[in-house]
Amino acid sequence: MSAPILAISNLSAMSVRDGAPILRGVDLEVARGETRGLVGESGAGKSTIAKAILGILPSTVSVTSGQARFEGADLLAMAAPRLRRLIGEGVALIPQDPMTALNPGRRIEAQLTDGPRLWRGLDARAARALALKGLEEVQIREPERVLRSYPHELSGGMRQRVLIAAAFALEPKLIVADEPTTALDVTVQKQILRLIRAMQSAYGAAVIFVTHDLGVVAQICDKVTLLFGGRVIEEGGVAQMMEAPRHPYAQALLAACPRYDRPSAGLRPIPESVVADLRAELAREPAAR
Amino acid sequence: MTAPSHGLRAILRSCARDRKVVTGGGFILFLLVLAIAAPLIAPKDPLAQDLIVGVTPPHGFAGAEPGYWLGTDDLGRDVLSRAIYGSRVALTVAFVAASLAAVLGSILGLLAGWYRGWVDFVISRLVEIWMAFPPVLLSILLVAVVGAGVGSVIAAIVIIDWTRFCRVVRAETMVQAQTDYVTAARAIGFARLRILTSEIFPNVLPMLIALVSLEMGIAVIVEAILSFVGLSVASDVPTWGGMIAQGRQMLHQGWWVLAVPLVALFLTVLAFNWLGEGLRRALDPVMRR
Amino acid sequence: MKLAAQRLVMAFVTLFGVATIVFVLLRIVPGDPIAMMISPGASPSEIAALRAHYGLDASLPVQFLVWLKDLARGDFGVSISLHRRVLGIMAERLPATLELAAAALAFAVLIGGGLAVIATLLSETRLAGVIDALNGLFLAVPDFIWAFALVLFFGVFLPVLPLSGRIDPSLDVHFVTPFYLLESLVRLNFVALIDVSRHMILPTLALGLPLAAMITRVLKESLREAMVQDYVLLARLKGMSRLRLVLQEALRNAIAPTLALTGVQFTFLIGGTVIVERIFSYPGIGNMAIDAVINRDLPLIQGLALVFGALFIVVNVIVDLLVVATNPRLRHG
Repeated sequence: MSAPILAISNLSAMSVRDGAPILRGVDLEVARGETRGLVGESGAGKSTIAKAILGILPSTVSVTSGQARFEGADLLAMAAPRLRRLIGEGVALIPQDPMTALNPGRRIEAQLTDGPRLWRGLDARAARALALKGLEEVQIREPERVLRSYPHELSGGMRQRVLIAAAFALEPKLIVADEPTTALDVTVQKQILRLIRAMQSAYGAAVIFVTHDLGVVAQICDKVTLLFGGRVIEEGGVAQMMEAPRHPYAQALLAACPRYDRPSAGLRPIPESVVADLRAELAREPAAR
Repeated sequence: MTAPSHGLRAILRSCARDRKVVTGGGFILFLLVLAIAAPLIAPKDPLAQDLIVGVTPPHGFAGAEPGYWLGTDDLGRDVLSRAIYGSRVALTVAFVAASLAAVLGSILGLLAGWYRGWVDFVISRLVEIWMAFPPVLLSILLVAVVGAGVGSVIAAIVIIDWTRFCRVVRAETMVQAQTDYVTAARAIGFARLRILTSEIFPNVLPMLIALVSLEMGIAVIVEAILSFVGLSVASDVPTWGGMIAQGRQMLHQGWWVLAVPLVALFLTVLAFNWLGEGLRRALDPVMRR
Repeated sequence: MKLAAQRLVMAFVTLFGVATIVFVLLRIVPGDPIAMMISPGASPSEIAALRAHYGLDASLPVQFLVWLKDLARGDFGVSISLHRRVLGIMAERLPATLELAAAALAFAVLIGGGLAVIATLLSETRLAGVIDALNGLFLAVPDFIWAFALVLFFGVFLPVLPLSGRIDPSLDVHFVTPFYLLESLVRLNFVALIDVSRHMILPTLALGLPLAAMITRVLKESLREAMVQDYVLLARLKGMSRLRLVLQEALRNAIAPTLALTGVQFTFLIGGTVIVERIFSYPGIGNMAIDAVINRDLPLIQGLALVFGALFIVVNVIVDLLVVATNPRLRHG
């Protein structure tokens, strides 16, 4: 059992403006090649954790304690140039909205060859060949034409494939996928998820799926971490979490989801009492551990 | 059923808080006082010539004459007094011309934006053609043919710059005409004129007021240019532009004759600019931060 | 393509409209050009003969048609005050104004654009606030005030630059074309080049500084909007330096809105040459325009109206083309 690729320990953060806690002592370990789901409602802190991993925490957020170790090195304590190199080469982002994540003024080829030319020192021809191969891997037909295209000439699904190709271009060890299917048609969503899973196992990369959609989690994650109010509520294997979660909030969340295998079960909103209990519990904690 | 608007007191309060409004407005007020009370404030008669004290520098420089605080020109006239009296022409032209231009432009803009169709076509083509001619040249042309005098200067400014207001009011009217509350008003059967005045105009007003202030700054400049060229008021009435022309000619004998009106002009334009910018920020609920 | 043709037609219509309005305006308002150029004591027959010589005795519609007919042949008429063919006068003086306007534009784009980029690179520091404040100040100053401030400063306090003219009259150089700056550059006549440049510096600054301030304000705002886009974030994650982010990723998407506004302001700049050339006694068409108007030199004024109108239209067309060229979305279909 090798060391985890990502080890976040006791990470606490607060808002600079009003001191409100954003993360409360979060622990998160992701093993190599694992697919982890990071689940929670809006404001639960999942995007803050993602930003901490990617090194782009805004200045409005201040880390009060804890570490975020990537391959053993603490991202939060690193100097900017080293962080830039580490993230640039080792971590990639699959963004949520493929419409805005590509530069409308540059061709696809330029955007795909940025990373390899920067970090692998490839020349234009070699980088282009690599980009071509990447496009084939994400099952894009006519990769030559796509390379020459501008983003507005491609459909949303194709753009997301391009973004996935860009993410895997440098063979990163860790990928953060930020709700990568939310902006897509339902018919395309499944394809994209399967593609990500396939690429991941081919390259042996770990993937953190930031999402609020339990359906996505059920489809492709190995383990799940559930967040509420900046704290980890429950964590475990996906099968166990989907069938028999332990925490009342997790149970309520599951009950609130439409189930295709139990269509007659109906939807039940999360009881206010569960949320109130959780909030009270969080309020009782000291601001930072 | 009125369009969103703000109480007068709230508006005045946000104006008073804006630094630019206070500074700019304060200076304009100061200038107004100077202009109105010129006979009482100016130390000397602006037209009195005294060749004995001709071309003396301002107070503090070698060779200055007591009593002539900002020096004298080649005819021995007091520069300070002339500058104070010059504010009269400047402000008169500014207020009257800007207001008239605003009225003319707004009416045409409202008509174009509301009725669309051929009315809009004609007015828009008119604006385009108008803008194709250098404004300075047009104003000189107008004043040259109509004859010098405050009236023709004002007329020239109005005739030239109405397009500025027309475009803005037209655009805003078209936007407002699409909004739900106007559509509803039309559906209920309110007369067009009533809709125009009670629904659309109050929303155009903030932008308009800010533009009027900016326009006043422009009017002051145009007047200065015209009197520089010798086409403004009668030559014995002191104007800043006339003083600038004179100062240019005697630049090496007495630089202050150019410097004083130039500074006065600059400060006045700056004040109108700040007032306009500040008003736009303070009055526009969208831009309020 | 069809759109381009449409725009061209509209342009000609506008030009025609300008010329027509000026033509009519000049003839219905008071002020008799003939009266301005005759010597006192001239006999009525002499006056009538002069009037007929310039074709001003015919009715308005006839005069208009005659003018159009001549225009079609390339004949812009003869200047009443300068006693020369208008076309010749234009050909002689327009290049000076073109060089000045071009220099002012280049200055404004480089300095204004450069400052916007610098301000974006420094947007996290306090220096950005300083640039902002200065920019706001510069924006309020029109070319008229700049011109005189420069005259004051470089005339009295730091007399190192010439305040008038286009070239030192004592300089021994013969130009083939009226494009002094270009020609001295092409012929590598550095003495002449430096001299012409020195004469152009102050009027260029007077014209270019207001435009530069506007470009800085608009481009900075566009860059700021571009820098918060997702694709910039993604590029940042890839490890690009801040400089590269601004220049390679953000700039190309920030140019389009700036272009349109710059084009409009540039047409104002051309209009500003009227007063700036006068202040610096610079021999372009702007300088000539004021006298033409005061002297009621109808043919010259009409010629100037056409030239200014044409310049305005050319600038607009170029701006439209550039906007399409820089936006990939507009290029396809």
